[in-house]
Amino acid sequence: MGKTIVEKILAKATGQTSVKVGDVVEPLVDVAMSHENGALVINQFLEVYKGTELEPKVWDPSKIAIIFDHRVPAESAKTATNQKKIREFVSAQGITKFHDIRGDQGGICHQILPENGYIRPGYIVVGTDSHTTSHGALGAFSFGIGATEMASVWTLGTVLNVEVPGTIKVIVTGELPKFVSPKDIILNLIGKLSAQGANFKVIEFHGNTIRKMSTSGRLVLCNMAVEAGATSGIVPPDEETVRYLREEAGVKDKLDMIVPDADAIYEQVVEIDASKLTPQIACPHTVDNVKAIDKVSGVKVNQIVIGSCTNGRIDDIEIAASILKGKKVAEGTRMLIFPASWKIYKEAMTRGYLMDLINAGAMIMNPGCGCCLGVHQGALGDKEVSLSTTNRNFKGRQGNPNSDVYLCSPAVAAASAITGEITDPRIGVN
Amino acid sequence: MKTKVVLKLGDDISTDAIYPGRFMATVLPSETPQYAFIDYKEFNSKLISKQIAPNSVIVANNNFGCGSSREQAASTLKGWELIIIAKNFARIFLQNSCNLGLRTIICPDIEANENDELEITEKEVKNITSGKKFAIEPLPKARQAIIDAGGLIAYTRKKLMEKAAAV
Ligand code: SF4
Repeated sequence: MGKTIVEKILAKATGQTSVKVGDVVEPLVDVAMSHENGALVINQFLEVYKGTELEPKVWDPSKIAIIFDHRVPAESAKTATNQKKIREFVSAQGITKFHDIRGDQGGICHQILPENGYIRPGYIVVGTDSHTTSHGALGAFSFGIGATEMASVWTLGTVLNVEVPGTIKVIVTGELPKFVSPKDIILNLIGKLSAQGANFKVIEFHGNTIRKMSTSGRLVLCNMAVEAGATSGIVPPDEETVRYLREEAGVKDKLDMIVPDADAIYEQVVEIDASKLTPQIACPHTVDNVKAIDKVSGVKVNQIVIGSCTNGRIDDIEIAASILKGKKVAEGTRMLIFPASWKIYKEAMTRGYLMDLINAGAMIMNPGCGCCLGVHQGALGDKEVSLSTTNRNFKGRQGNPNSDVYLCSPAVAAASAITGEITDPRIGVN
Repeated sequence: MKTKVVLKLGDDISTDAIYPGRFMATVLPSETPQYAFIDYKEFNSKLISKQIAPNSVIVANNNFGCGSSREQAASTLKGWELIIIAKNFARIFLQNSCNLGLRTIICPDIEANENDELEITEKEVKNITSGKKFAIEPLPKARQAIIDAGGLIAYTRKKLMEKAAAV
């Protein structure tokens, strides 16, 4: 009987010949990622050791990654103190994959991990962040956990009591039309499945559209898989995975290209014809409230955001710059660009995109999560509307429960910046 | 156990609703309860002024706790010793709750309104006010094992000691 990719990865990570859906396993972890919430992980980790007379020591400091991104630079004394506490722990424990608030190494955790070659096909990756699903883009089984669960991983090097999840196979075929992007594929899929349609399940992405898609696009799909409730999204690794890891992430060692069997058993199969897709918008206040753009065109927007672990990469900034070059952001509309890492920032600067965007009236912000989670930078006023390439639009997500957040692709965000209202780039851009 | 519904919610209650991101710099379980459902002003002020007894119930529909992995969403409710009954829960929230000892009850057909009196037994929730009974779905077995061990900290500590003894 054929196996899904996650069944195969979990079999390998537990040293078994095979596992099946519903088995409870304890996989070895390859990468354990945290960000500022590492402060809580440290607290829980020390709790575990309480009363044991053992010296608190993480299982493997080379497998723990900590990236400051959610509130950089610190917005409050409290955050700065948490960051200080983490820095001290990192140095005491000898944790190596640490990315501090620095222009030569910083960025959003879900960009830093792939960009630095920390992720490989077949890996088990856990993170104290729900969008840890992102790293499935490189063929890893990668999922979010809470801080106490991470403290357990830091102690033992395994994730306790993982129930092998069932898998939904999503097949995407056909060529994406101009100005339609991976973001529109995933928004469309979330609309179809609903916010809980993939709860406790994995989404495996297949089809010729995925095979032709860059790793950047695959990261968008896997990143937002969690918005359908999925434990993880995953793309079986292929030539593009190898190209990305070798050329962009500088990985030299041998890769273990685990792929699913052709006769694997899936719980559900969903097919999407990419050639028929139009730009999609997730409307307030749930990510599965997805509409085709013609249903919401004309909604006035006060703030436009391009960034986040979903759409803050170089191809996203490129399309925004190409649409905005020589144009102006509408009066009364603010546009904020958050490159997902400093590496991307520098590339966008070298290629001249940042200059085009600044001249159009956009603000270039420092890499990090920025206003994605509403704690830092770019707050919205009461009754204001944000149009954003980020991944969540829950009430209050961008800091103000009395505001509306719409989610879209970078092309839609850029076209809408010019008009100050939600605008279809296929019509609005000449 | 007899108890009462103190808040009735709908589908897809996100962790941003339970514990908004703007309070995420507060991490310690002892400090998080004050922000529970802070944008639901009336309910939050009832909690703060201790008008809500421990073991009171929040009833929700599908996908309670969707969104972020922030553990504060579980610790903030655990801090008030609330019980959450929902048709189903989002995965990470359910795991965090089991890890921290927040009581979550999966009850796929639950019907209850604010102020309804409930009686919770091992297998069912009885709505005393309406007279209807609703079956409880067991928690995933992997989670139940952690609850039985007294939470994930205790469970991990036990495994750590076994490991240390084996060396
Ligand atoms: S960019 Fe937004 S979604 Fe991504 S890790 Fe940061 S806060 Fe989370």
